[in-house]
Amino acid sequence: MRNPQLNAKGELRHLLTIEGLPREILVHILDTAKSFLGVTEREVKKVPLLRGKSVFNLFFEPSTRTRTTFEIAAKRLSADVVNLAIATSSQTKGETLLDTVDNLSAMHADMFVVRHAASGAPFLIASHVKPHVHVVNAGDGRHAHPTQGLLDAYTIRHYKKDFGRLAVAIVGDILHSRVARSLIHALTTLGAPDVRVIGPQTLLPTGVERLGVSVHHDMAAGLRDVDVVVMLRLQNERMRGPLLPSAGEFFKAYGLTPEKLALAKPDAIVMHPGPMNRGVEIDSTVADGAQAVILPQVTFGIAVRMAVMSILAGASS
Amino acid sequence: MSVALPDAEALVAELVRQLAPRVTAETGMVGIVTGGVWLAERLHRELGLALPLGALDISFYRDDYASSGLHASVKPSQIPFEVDGRHILLVDDVLYTGRTVRGALNEIFDYGRPASVSLVVLADRGGRELPICAQHVGATLTVPARAKVVLSRSDGGVLTLQLERDA
Amino acid sequence: MKIHIKGGRLVDPRHGIDAQRDLFIAAGKVVGVGAPPEGFHANRVLDAAGLVVAPGLVDLSARLREPGFEHKATLESEMRAAVAGGVTTLAVPPDTDPPLDEPGLVEMLKHRAKSLNLAHVHPLGALTARLEGERLAEMAELADAGCVAFSQADAPLPNAEVLWRALQYAATMGYAVWLQPQEPSLARSGVAHDGEVATRLGLAGVPPFAETIALATILALVRVTGTRVHLCRLSTAEGVAMVRQAKREGLPVTADVAAHHVHLSDVDIGWFDAHFRLVPPLRSARDRDALRAGLADGTIDAVCSDHAPVDEDAKLLPFAEAEPGASGLELVLALTLKWAAEAKVPLASALARVTSAPAAVLGIDAGHLGIGHGADVCVFDPAAHFRVTPDALRSQGKNTPFLGYELAGVVRYTLVSGHLVHEAPAA
Repeated sequence: MRNPQLNAKGELRHLLTIEGLPREILVHILDTAKSFLGVTEREVKKVPLLRGKSVFNLFFEPSTRTRTTFEIAAKRLSADVVNLAIATSSQTKGETLLDTVDNLSAMHADMFVVRHAASGAPFLIASHVKPHVHVVNAGDGRHAHPTQGLLDAYTIRHYKKDFGRLAVAIVGDILHSRVARSLIHALTTLGAPDVRVIGPQTLLPTGVERLGVSVHHDMAAGLRDVDVVVMLRLQNERMRGPLLPSAGEFFKAYGLTPEKLALAKPDAIVMHPGPMNRGVEIDSTVADGAQAVILPQVTFGIAVRMAVMSILAGASS
Repeated sequence: MSVALPDAEALVAELVRQLAPRVTAETGMVGIVTGGVWLAERLHRELGLALPLGALDISFYRDDYASSGLHASVKPSQIPFEVDGRHILLVDDVLYTGRTVRGALNEIFDYGRPASVSLVVLADRGGRELPICAQHVGATLTVPARAKVVLSRSDGGVLTLQLERDA
Repeated sequence: MKIHIKGGRLVDPRHGIDAQRDLFIAAGKVVGVGAPPEGFHANRVLDAAGLVVAPGLVDLSARLREPGFEHKATLESEMRAAVAGGVTTLAVPPDTDPPLDEPGLVEMLKHRAKSLNLAHVHPLGALTARLEGERLAEMAELADAGCVAFSQADAPLPNAEVLWRALQYAATMGYAVWLQPQEPSLARSGVAHDGEVATRLGLAGVPPFAETIALATILALVRVTGTRVHLCRLSTAEGVAMVRQAKREGLPVTADVAAHHVHLSDVDIGWFDAHFRLVPPLRSARDRDALRAGLADGTIDAVCSDHAPVDEDAKLLPFAEAEPGASGLELVLALTLKWAAEAKVPLASALARVTSAPAAVLGIDAGHLGIGHGADVCVFDPAAHFRVTPDALRSQGKNTPFLGYELAGVVRYTLVSGHLVHEAPAA
């Protein structure tokens, strides 16, 4: 089965998931992001690469943060950016997802950045658009959030240089997390030998170990000697119900406190995709502490998205 | 290969001779990746410039991006000095169509507003497609239109100009 | 009309025939096997040399989408698809709009079907009013109108008491109940088998125990009520084992499997291909292998098409939002033959799973070629191949996970009650 993200030459045409992408492509994205990081530190934080191109931010699920970082990235590449927050209500009026895409394509979109609550929606769009149009998955259901996975990988590489010896722990709600899935694929592709997921059984998806991770239910064992701790956000609606009794009980077992962080290597870094729930998955002392690299993640995120968009737009159609 | 190319090392010496009277402690120098940076490193050292050397990878400014894409690994651009109000020497190996220099000028201006930019090239092979000329030229060459003049650097740091037939 | 089907290999599982025999048909009935009755003069001779002459197929689940969903399919389009696939008898689930919960609707459906004069249609009545799982439907009235059994189709029956009472009531009246074992609270939000594939793709899973928990409930109630229960669309290895045990125990249960579950597993979903969105979901390769073994040893009585034509718009959606279902009437024969070839099952045993066995589940006189019985016949070329393409399908539903497959088994003639209703001789 051909990877639907690659064109006949093996170039990245869409970014839908990290799964199945060759390592060289990931490294190329990270290297290119590094170059863009220089751009974002200059007086004029803009390059003319996508001048004349139209990038449509197509958000079927609200997310100000992710949309903003994509918007900034596209603007720094000199693209014209159109933001569309599409309430699912307009879809219930009979317009299907692909109707919406067709309409926008007629406005000469060159790239769609898509956020959708249904896993796989960007694949459907990618299979439908004309050859010169590119699709970036900005988060689909529980499936994937590849630019987040890449920016996490970038952050890890920035602080730890080499993936070859790293132990990385991903903590919390893996079941519903597209961030976790994308990061796991990024790390296993880039050669991290020890990737762990930590959480209660209720928040770990069936067969997660088949993704190449080891499974822990206990923070003490799971965090021991890790180089990187990635805390996931626990959605409000999961905090009470059949999966967890309360946010407080979750924090006791899985919240990252200075005491638990002390089990990791002394120079371990702490990451979080944001927005954080202080006191639910992470203690404020840790979130604001010296080991946290949560704000650099945001900065790197823009450079990574610039790299992704410029590489996609440069793929031959 | 029937066209004889001049000795690059001799041209470096020639450029040093031309530039020496014009540089000051305030002169900034920026090389264009990759050959321009090699040349700039030599000039920077031999002229004893005080400010650190800058480097530009103009991949993000290319005008043929839409057709050729962003494939080769892009090196970070870096201008490690204040650009505003400064006299800058922009260094490249071979001047041909002028499109690379156009991209480099655009990028320099994204760092600030220099007082002046002078172009320094090892060789000018003609064939300009834009109104650009160099202030300091090591040699002017006449080569077939389909040939490509490239600069290479040995492990020992010796620079050589070579001719490649375009496929 | 007297028809002589000449020179074919006659395979009639019910009567244990697999031999070169001619078949003679008159006045809608089989009048001779091997030799014609005295004074038989055929109006038409069908050359069946190199072809298999089998009973017309009996399909235990074909949604014809009438009434209510005519934009997906119509009775006529789907009945034409059925006979093109060699299917001459159809059991129709009650999940129409409105559902088949009152006699008038059933009579109308039967009447419409009869006037088309294609396949025989046997409606299943709704087990509960409007399939809501709360009040019992008027089963006796529905039976009088022609319902052969009662079913919830895929609609949930979340209340075990209602299920218990429904089974008691049906047993009292002597009706069979058809149930698709899926515990609704576990199956409700899921769209794919809860396993590695769903985890990778971030799809909500339906755990295999959604089936086994429901099966355990049903079997416990069958034990106390003695109701004849047909278990629809088994999907798990554990489910097959439970049915095997229940049969050994002597419980009055039968079971079927959808043709797509015999061949596919969750891995085939690929990158969110909505043609593989099915209920119950495609499960693991291990489950598929267990279903095939269950089919071979008779634990699973029948293969059905689970025909569910879906309009294109309802499939051009993200996987979880796409409407489940596959068009299958025209593929069920070929898919059964494919299983037989792969599992080295004799042709007669394989055909039994789509003819005599499902007829026995329905409790009707069909699925065989006995003299004096209705002449429903499927004549097919087991060696000819066809490619599954949207254009090749007569069904209005072009949605099948087998698009692009090259399958063996092309139906040349289909007869229903002695009438030639489909004809596609080799070019």
